[in-house]
Amino acid sequence: MKTIIKYVLIDLLKNRTILIYTLVLAVLTISVTGMSDNMSKGMLSLLNITLLFVPIISILFATIYFFNSAEFTELLLAQPIRRKSMLLASYTGIATALGLAYLAGVGVTVCILYNSLAAIALVVGGVLLTLIFSALALLIFVVFKDKTRGIGAAIITALFFTLLFDGLLLAFIYSFSDYPIDEPLLAFISLNPVDLARILVLLQLDAAVMMGYSGALFKKFMGSATGSIYTAVCMLCWMVIPLILAVRVFRKKDI
Amino acid sequence: MKHAWILSWLLLVTGSVLATTIVVKPGPDALRKAISSARPGDTLAVQPGLYREHSLQVDQRLTILGNGMPVIDAEYKYPGFLITADSVTIQGLQIQHTGRSSISDIAGVRVSNAGYVTLRNNKVLDCTYGIYLQNAQHCQVEGNTVHSGIKNEINGGNGIHAWKCDALQISSNNISGHRDGIYFEFVTNSGIENNLSSTNQRYGLHFMFSHHDTYTKNIFRENGAGVAVMYTREVTMTDNTFIQNWGDASYGLLLKEITDSHITHNRFIKNTIAIHMEGTTRVSVQRNLFQDNGWALRVMASSSGSQFTGNNFIGNSFDVATNGTLMLNEFHRNYWDKYDGYDLNRDQVGDVPHYPVSVYAVISEKIPSAMILYRSFLTSIMEQVEKVMPSIIPDQLKDDQPFMKKLEL
Amino acid sequence: MIRIHHLTKSFKKFRALDDINLQLERGQAVSLLGPNGSGKTTLIKSILGLVIPEKGSIHINGQEIRSHWSYRSKIGYMPQIGRYPENMTIRQVLAMLREVRKDCRQYDEELIRQFDLPAIDHKLMRNLSGGTRQKVSACLAFLFSPDILILDEPTAGLDPLASEILKDKIARERANGKLVLITSHVLSDLEDITSHVVYLQEGKLICFKTVDELKESTGQHQLNKVIAAMMQTHLHENNY
Repeated sequence: MKTIIKYVLIDLLKNRTILIYTLVLAVLTISVTGMSDNMSKGMLSLLNITLLFVPIISILFATIYFFNSAEFTELLLAQPIRRKSMLLASYTGIATALGLAYLAGVGVTVCILYNSLAAIALVVGGVLLTLIFSALALLIFVVFKDKTRGIGAAIITALFFTLLFDGLLLAFIYSFSDYPIDEPLLAFISLNPVDLARILVLLQLDAAVMMGYSGALFKKFMGSATGSIYTAVCMLCWMVIPLILAVRVFRKKDI
Repeated sequence: MKHAWILSWLLLVTGSVLATTIVVKPGPDALRKAISSARPGDTLAVQPGLYREHSLQVDQRLTILGNGMPVIDAEYKYPGFLITADSVTIQGLQIQHTGRSSISDIAGVRVSNAGYVTLRNNKVLDCTYGIYLQNAQHCQVEGNTVHSGIKNEINGGNGIHAWKCDALQISSNNISGHRDGIYFEFVTNSGIENNLSSTNQRYGLHFMFSHHDTYTKNIFRENGAGVAVMYTREVTMTDNTFIQNWGDASYGLLLKEITDSHITHNRFIKNTIAIHMEGTTRVSVQRNLFQDNGWALRVMASSSGSQFTGNNFIGNSFDVATNGTLMLNEFHRNYWDKYDGYDLNRDQVGDVPHYPVSVYAVISEKIPSAMILYRSFLTSIMEQVEKVMPSIIPDQLKDDQPFMKKLEL
Repeated sequence: MIRIHHLTKSFKKFRALDDINLQLERGQAVSLLGPNGSGKTTLIKSILGLVIPEKGSIHINGQEIRSHWSYRSKIGYMPQIGRYPENMTIRQVLAMLREVRKDCRQYDEELIRQFDLPAIDHKLMRNLSGGTRQKVSACLAFLFSPDILILDEPTAGLDPLASEILKDKIARERANGKLVLITSHVLSDLEDITSHVVYLQEGKLICFKTVDELKESTGQHQLNKVIAAMMQTHLHENNY
């Protein structure tokens, strides 16, 4: 397993897309932090960049990479190794490569410049999103046979979590505004890793006050230490559950 | 004015001829004895030291001058001074540790049914109420430091509390850690100037039914709920700073049922809500700076006839929020950093109107739970869509002549 | 050596393998023939454990392969299309496979030398031609001296010289007592090295005979003619 991770990394760290991704993140981070006059604003812009770029790039790149290396995967599976090890090793490799790209592009600058709890939350959130959307890509890879359909599914998944989900949530809030919906909201928000990451970071920033203005329950809960842990655990579930599903499907898959 | 000064100087000179100065040194009941033995017009020169005395009633015209900040300590049980005579002056004392009671309001210095009282350069520390004026007129409260370390607003009293007074002058005081920094109820024709009111549990300044008052050059900083102004007409607020009133339910300035008032040239920086208006009539908001606030203005539909002119709106999350579709207030010639119109004729005024209310502000105003989507990608898309196809925001709420550049205030 | 028992596999409605029974032994070079979609690749993949059988069983050296994976150490596999991680060099690919196969210490590097790979082993996989990638695939299949070789279209895309080298290698390994299983479209290519023919059509095993038996029964001497004749007869049978 270690061997495969190692060689996937050797391959990916020379990958042009990964390098460009890192570079784009770094340029965005440096320009955003340079332009904003205070930490809070810089962090908010970086949060938006993270929430927009990380899911879509991670899931698309990982899906394409998994499909492109399908033949090599087949060759490796003809060797005496377990399917599970093979699958998790390629996941680990790609998630590590994308995670490192995020750390190099955003993490380093942010931690040096801002070095606060919010900065840590942002980096943790960004890395978790990378891990989650790579895991979703893996699930897409094992479920779909066809690369084109897989890429389609990846785009839809990313779009769903970054945009459609919030739209549905807003519709829900709108329709049930007369009822106490704070608790259901808390449950719903756990169903979207992008929202979880956003709230995880926002609640470490001054902007948290605006979310709690109405005395909303979710802010009280999510803003507490327990809430942060809950958020992180939810996000870990979002990574682990797709992985377990992918391994299960892959075990019975005809390659 | 000049004549008044000469007159009062003459009075002082003639008075001092008749009056005597009594030196008070620490000792059992030293102050109480001195006060009761003094004659009207006398001056008590209080020497440095600790005076464990309390409930000191000043019922004749005395001047009590502290020398080297003597300490009057009420041992957490009793009130400090009670002034019931006109023209009393208390200066340079440190009055501390009054008792706490839920039945009566225990104060460091209480002025009751008196006029022309001067309280100057005192320190009032850890008193339930710092300075308490009731039914007082023409009093001066100047240069005092009023501080308390209360933990919650239920046990605490106010820093400077005035009830049913007229023509007060409250200036250059530093008030902190009380429930309300300055509290006025039925106080008229008074001036509040150059005070710093900070880190109070509830409001930095809180007044009701206090007409014709003027607030100038005060700083209200980091108070639990900012400043609240209610049921009052003809208030003038100029050159004040409302800063860092940043909390779940904090206002820079909360205006409720305010009529015919002027809010001019103030600075509102980093407040959750810079100005909240509810049921106000004819309030002019001019030449103010709104910077880095959560909401710069929340104007409830119950407000009418207000003018917002020549203000700078910079870096606020939301510039204007409102709960209605009707807007009876007017916005003119302000600078909005979110304005993205153009100025073809180069007259520094934008050629297309600016709509300062964002869709998301409208939605979250209606349904506070929608704040859960704050800063999500969806909301920024909604803003863009709304700009192209306005449908939700009230269309009368606009600035027809937005400035292209930040105004010099 | 490989015993296949009532092997059946469908993909949705399409029946790719239909009740296949086969017994393959050491020293055989088996050509797996049949038209496109006849189930050749599915059969190979079933043996490799890449396709999971619906019914039936496969035993290798007497051991049922289901849910075991260690038997694959005895198999060398050369896939039809060799695609490799783009940014790895040939050297890295070889090194990687060696590390994956830590169980094997004895390397058969004959083909690597014959294809002269060391001279170009610093090149990135994405810069290689299809033929060179085929060479790498072939080398990998033989590298760990497996008892069973499964070669899917091994000569497709290889230049004639390389093709000859590979065929020689196959012949030698067979002579060493190994079992070689080959699919190919180019029948003449397999002429000299094939000992047995397995013919599949629509997932069914049509025949499993030695080349000599086939030549005798059809009266043809060249393998491709034998096959052509067989296809003809079979079509004939089907039609009536």
